Amino acid sequence: MTDQGISQTGRRRTSLFRELLSDTPAAIGAALIVLIVVLTLFAPLIAPFDPADQNLTARLAPPVWIDGGSWQHVLGTDSLGRDVLSRILHGGQVTLLIGLCTTVIALAIGVVIGLWAGYCGGRADSILMRIVDIQVSFPGILLILLIVGVIGPGMMTMIIVLSVTNWMVYARLVRSTVMSLRQTPYVEAAELVGCRPARVIFVHILPNLIPPLLTLSILEFTNIVLAEAAVSFLGFGVQPPAISWGLDVATGRDYLFIAWWLVAFPGIAIALTVLSVNLFANWVRVTTDPQERERRFARDLAARQRRGLSS
Amino acid sequence: MVQLWAFAVDMVTLDFGDSLWQRRPAVEVVFERLPNTLLLIAASLAFAILVAIPLGAIAALRPGGFLDRLTMSIGLIGLATPQFFLGLVFIMVFAVQLKWLPTSGFGTAAHLVLPALTLAITPLARFTLMVRSSMIEELNQPYVRTARAKGMGRARILRVHTLRNILVPFMNLSAWELIVALSGYTVVVETVFAWPGLGHTAVQAIQRGDLFLMQAIVFTIAFMTVFITLLIDVASKLIDPRIKLN
Repeated sequence: MTDQGISQTGRRRTSLFRELLSDTPAAIGAALIVLIVVLTLFAPLIAPFDPADQNLTARLAPPVWIDGGSWQHVLGTDSLGRDVLSRILHGGQVTLLIGLCTTVIALAIGVVIGLWAGYCGGRADSILMRIVDIQVSFPGILLILLIVGVIGPGMMTMIIVLSVTNWMVYARLVRSTVMSLRQTPYVEAAELVGCRPARVIFVHILPNLIPPLLTLSILEFTNIVLAEAAVSFLGFGVQPPAISWGLDVATGRDYLFIAWWLVAFPGIAIALTVLSVNLFANWVRVTTDPQERERRFARDLAARQRRGLSS
Repeated sequence: MVQLWAFAVDMVTLDFGDSLWQRRPAVEVVFERLPNTLLLIAASLAFAILVAIPLGAIAALRPGGFLDRLTMSIGLIGLATPQFFLGLVFIMVFAVQLKWLPTSGFGTAAHLVLPALTLAITPLARFTLMVRSSMIEELNQPYVRTARAKGMGRARILRVHTLRNILVPFMNLSAWELIVALSGYTVVVETVFAWPGLGHTAVQAIQRGDLFLMQAIVFTIAFMTVFITLLIDVASKLIDPRIKLN
């Protein structure tokens, strides 16, 4: 596998890329992700204005294509005359940063605990899994609100709170996979030969965990983006002067009747981010899972045959 | 230790202390608001289930067809849209532009429509995608071919055979949606529509620093979560005798 892998990596990478392109929704999703990441990363260079710059003479200016709008503020301005486009570009930084940090931290906690529980089994397993059960039964956003209510809102708080409330999925997935993998002949053989537990875990078990973990963490990333937006919208997440899409929707809500663009554009930004990541995640799931690939192939074939019969 | 014991006794007797904000026992506030939340969730989940099953089934009949692609795309967009944004869009369209329904508040059936619809979209999308994918799987099973060979109509196969087989996973998913709605979605939707339920109360409690009330709400919901999970385990056993309870 490794020898072949090395000699074919180049070819496999190009064919993977071609496979992505042949799946239109996934290709659109991937392109949008790249676009969003680039736009937010280079927000200070691209954004026409400073997102905190107030201009009271240009308050509540509508977007370009509506009467009274101008090219100066393409997506209009808010109640303090701040440029909506610049705020969306900068707001993306906070959203993506929180999403990324939280996913990585939660993944790390979940994998360590899942490996520990799944590999050791016995008492360690039952204690750890009871902790997971208890945490899962505590209500999501309500628990976040409770914690934020005690220690106070802010970006760091958001990252910590969201990681602490989201690691359980990974732990459950890793544990169940490790438990079933330990029964397989090749892991038993490795143990019989005298591999130390660390080697068994990292060389023999962990590679099998990467595809499902990859899909799960991409999907969890979207959940975290949505959770962050919701908590910020409620006013307990990111605090001004920091910018977040959820927060901007909340401030725009007071002007809903006279300036719809304050709510619409940050909201669309959230939806578009989540949608593109979901499209991409779906493709990753199908591509990394041999069974799913087979099923996709069979389904395509069946669909083609059916079409051939009906015509 | 003494404190922990006193705390545990208080929990069991449902004594969460007095709400600092409303100056009365926190349990009283919880039980006053809980029915409103349950009404909202019941309306939205019922709507989602009733729409999702036929929608998913129709999409599954012709995988890759036009209707299938349409439902899939709308479903994915529904999953990606945050509820607070969806709620505000509904207010903008149905309440401000068309003036069909009230923007927010509580009282008549008309007040229930927009919040319930907003709350229903995410579960609706998830249900439809789930029904579709498991239907496609079931329709490729040998028993469906046998039933077709017997000359059974497609509608009857869907209703009698495949629907029963996807009932258990579907029920698990609905229970999960119910829990998620209880523990998070309602907070957002109730706040957007000023619906006097538990979620809206929770937000107000935190804004006023009323941790006793907040604690009472969180424990009530956690208890309900455990209860629903147990109930579903028993119910799946009733539907599918192959499942073993340990």
